[in-house]
This record gives sequence, C-alpha cells and structure tokens, in this order.
Amino acid sequence: MADRVAGPEIERLIQLLARLPGLGPRSARRAALHLIRKREELLAPLSDALVVARERIVTCSSCGSIDTSNPCTICRDVRRDSSVLVVVETVADLWALERAKVVNGHYHVLGGTLSPLDGIGPKDLNLSNLTERVSDGVKEVILAVNATVDGQTTAHYITDILKGSEVKVSRLAHGVPVGGELDYLDEGTLSAAMRQRSIV
Amino acid sequence: MEWRDQGLIIGVRRHGETSAIVELFTSERGRHTGLVRGGRSRKMQPLLQLGNSVHAHWHSRLDEHLGTYNLEMSRSRAALLMESPTSLHGLQWLCQLLRLSSEREPHPVLYQTAMIVAEHLSDAATCGALMARFELGFLSELGFGLALEECAVTGSNQALNFVSPKTGRAVCDEAAEPYKARLLPLPKFLVDTTFAVEHDDLTKAFALTCFFLERNIFGPRAQAIPDARGAFVSGALEKMAENSLTHPQQNVF
Repeated sequence: MADRVAGPEIERLIQLLARLPGLGPRSARRAALHLIRKREELLAPLSDALVVARERIVTCSSCGSIDTSNPCTICRDVRRDSSVLVVVETVADLWALERAKVVNGHYHVLGGTLSPLDGIGPKDLNLSNLTERVSDGVKEVILAVNATVDGQTTAHYITDILKGSEVKVSRLAHGVPVGGELDYLDEGTLSAAMRQRSIV
Repeated sequence: MEWRDQGLIIGVRRHGETSAIVELFTSERGRHTGLVRGGRSRKMQPLLQLGNSVHAHWHSRLDEHLGTYNLEMSRSRAALLMESPTSLHGLQWLCQLLRLSSEREPHPVLYQTAMIVAEHLSDAATCGALMARFELGFLSELGFGLALEECAVTGSNQALNFVSPKTGRAVCDEAAEPYKARLLPLPKFLVDTTFAVEHDDLTKAFALTCFFLERNIFGPRAQAIPDARGAFVSGALEKMAENSLTHPQQNVF
C-alpha cells in the first residue's frame, strides 16, 4: 500500500500542523481536512492572519512582551499604574494575569527562569533593562514567577539585584488554590499555606 | 526489569508536551534517570521539584532502556527550601554535585549524607558546615578523597592544621612551618566532629574544598564552579556571622 494518500502540499500542511502543541499526526490530519473543507471561511483568513503575524509581530523593547507595535499596547497605555511593575516569566503568564484583571500595572517579561540544569544564566534572561525601568518612578515590583525551584531562584536573584533601590519588592502568595481540598494537597503546599496564613 | 527504591529528585527536564525525564539520586542505584508520563500535569508538578524525596518504582523491558518511573512523594522539601535564597542555592548546588556522579553506580554513603544535607538546608546554624563535609565526602566518593587522619610528614595525628595542595594529605604544625604560605589551612571541625564551627573555620573549609573541587572535578571537565556554590557559601557565612552574634558559643553538632 502507498504511504501517501494525498499530494505533497497536503502532506506538508499536515506535517506543519502536527508540530503545534497539543496536535499529533492524527489530529493534525483532522485539522488539515477541516481547513481544506472550510477553505473560504477558515483557511484563507487563517493564512492571511499568519502572514500578518509573521510580518508585524515584534518583541517590545521595553517589557519583552510580544505585540504588533513597539512599545507594546500595555507599555503605551497611560491609564495603567506606572508605579507598579509585575515581573513574569513568559508572555503566557502576562496574558493569564491580564485575563484575571487583577493588576493594572506594567509588566516585565523575563523570557524564562534561571536554570543551572538547562544552562540558563542571568545573561540569557531579559534582565538588562530591569533596574533602569525600576528607577523610572516604580514604587513596587511584584515578582509573579512560578512556585518552582527555578522560579523562586530567579525571584531571589531579582530581589538581590533590586536590593540597593528604594523600591518595595513583593511576591505572590503560595498556598491552597480556590476549589482545592486540603486532603488532596501535597505537604509542601500545605506547609506554605500554613506559614503564610492571614488573620481574618 | 523493575525495582523499587527511595530517591532524591536532582533534575527534571521536559519531554514532549506532557511527560518529563526525571533524574533521581537513589539509595541503592545512585543517579538514575527515567521517564515520568504525565510529569508536566498539574498534579505532578508539585512532586517533581528538586529536593523532594520520593518512593520510586522503575520499570522497563530491558535494563539499558531509559525506563519509566512511577513516583510517590515521601518527603516534600522544595516548598520549605523556596523560602530562603541560601537554602535554594544550597539545593541547586547539592543537585549539581550529585548530577556529576556516574549514572547507575551505587553511592549509599553519599545518598545518606545528601539526605542529611537536604534536610538541614533551611537550618542556618548547620547548613554551611554540613555542606563543607558533604563536599569532602563527595570528593572521596569520586576517588579524590583527602587523607586528613595523620600528618603526611611525621605520621602524627596531633595539631593537623594544614593540607598539602599537591597530595591532599594533612600536615601538622611542626612540619608545615617552612611551607605555611603554600599550604591550605585545615579547620578542626573537618577532622573532629566534636569541635564547634566558627565563622573563620567555615571560610577555611569552603576554601579547601573549593580548591580540590576545582582541580579534580570541574577543571578536568573545563567547567567553572557553578554560581550556586558561591551564592550558597556567602549566604551560609553571612548567616553564621549573624548566628554567632546571638549564640556565640553554640556547638552546631
């Protein structure tokens, strides 16, 4: 039996779709078929959007986020509180905080965390202009990094960098998630929650 | 092939979208890696943190395969160590050292001492001295042990206050006199556990282990000693200085 059931163009489309997160070869095949079936309604606008994304998306020189303009929309927004700077690991974390609408400050995207295992040092992160940004009227830096060993190592490193400045440095609380049942939580999370308990 | 053992998590790497390759330092099999399916899930993320102890069940079709781990938490340590930068740097340094050991080669003594160090990393009074001892033990396990029991020149076991950088053997005061400038100081607590650890002793201990780690372990690999060690050493010394002000005569052992 022949390995290929379609021409090389379709096979190429399937191969490329299979590289996307969450898609394997089978689901990529289904997605490709769906796109081809909805050629005008979906495939054409998608290909146009991809071309625009490729040509216009840039990294913001100020915060390290991605947008179609430099400085990005968040950095240009005058309604945001410029005295609060939220440090996040990735653009996905920035989007998560924006979705939650919990902070109205500016952001600083590190582009990863310090990780000796993966050979990622301070020079590999977007830290070069952090002190400069902090000295520009920032009163509080919120370290919204992941509660992992690498994330917290990065948080402590940034705290050390900012030690000389007058700025207040805070970090996210660790503990019981909303909807979490104590019985199913690991001991580490429980102990962090107990240590950081608040008076009601 | 399968086995069950206790292990300390010393490395986690992403594998694909959902799995992780986990490096354990086990009590009977030394450093051993394996695949954890679903290792990037929300349920597994708190478990797969450096410094946590786990019950490991490893299985594979052939012994030489990577194999798959089923892990269960036995001691959650990472969350506690995240509180202090010194503890975190100590943990990173401990894991970096253990990752230098040969894969699938048992080091039961190293495992025991690593567990003691990991358990006390958040204890400001003892973590520095324990780490210095661990570094000595690590050198010894890798075949670069220092001979600190008797003087290399006279055979005496009294007044052993120096180490020869060439041979790694202890030298007593009398024999060291003409060469003092070229010898490395040997703090008493590294030879005798009953001695209280002072700030100066800890500084000397770290300088001693740093010299031999650089010469025998990192130098031949053309690597610099990781930054985590420097950060841990300065943090531990700082904490010891603060501690000695509040408890001047405290013996940490």
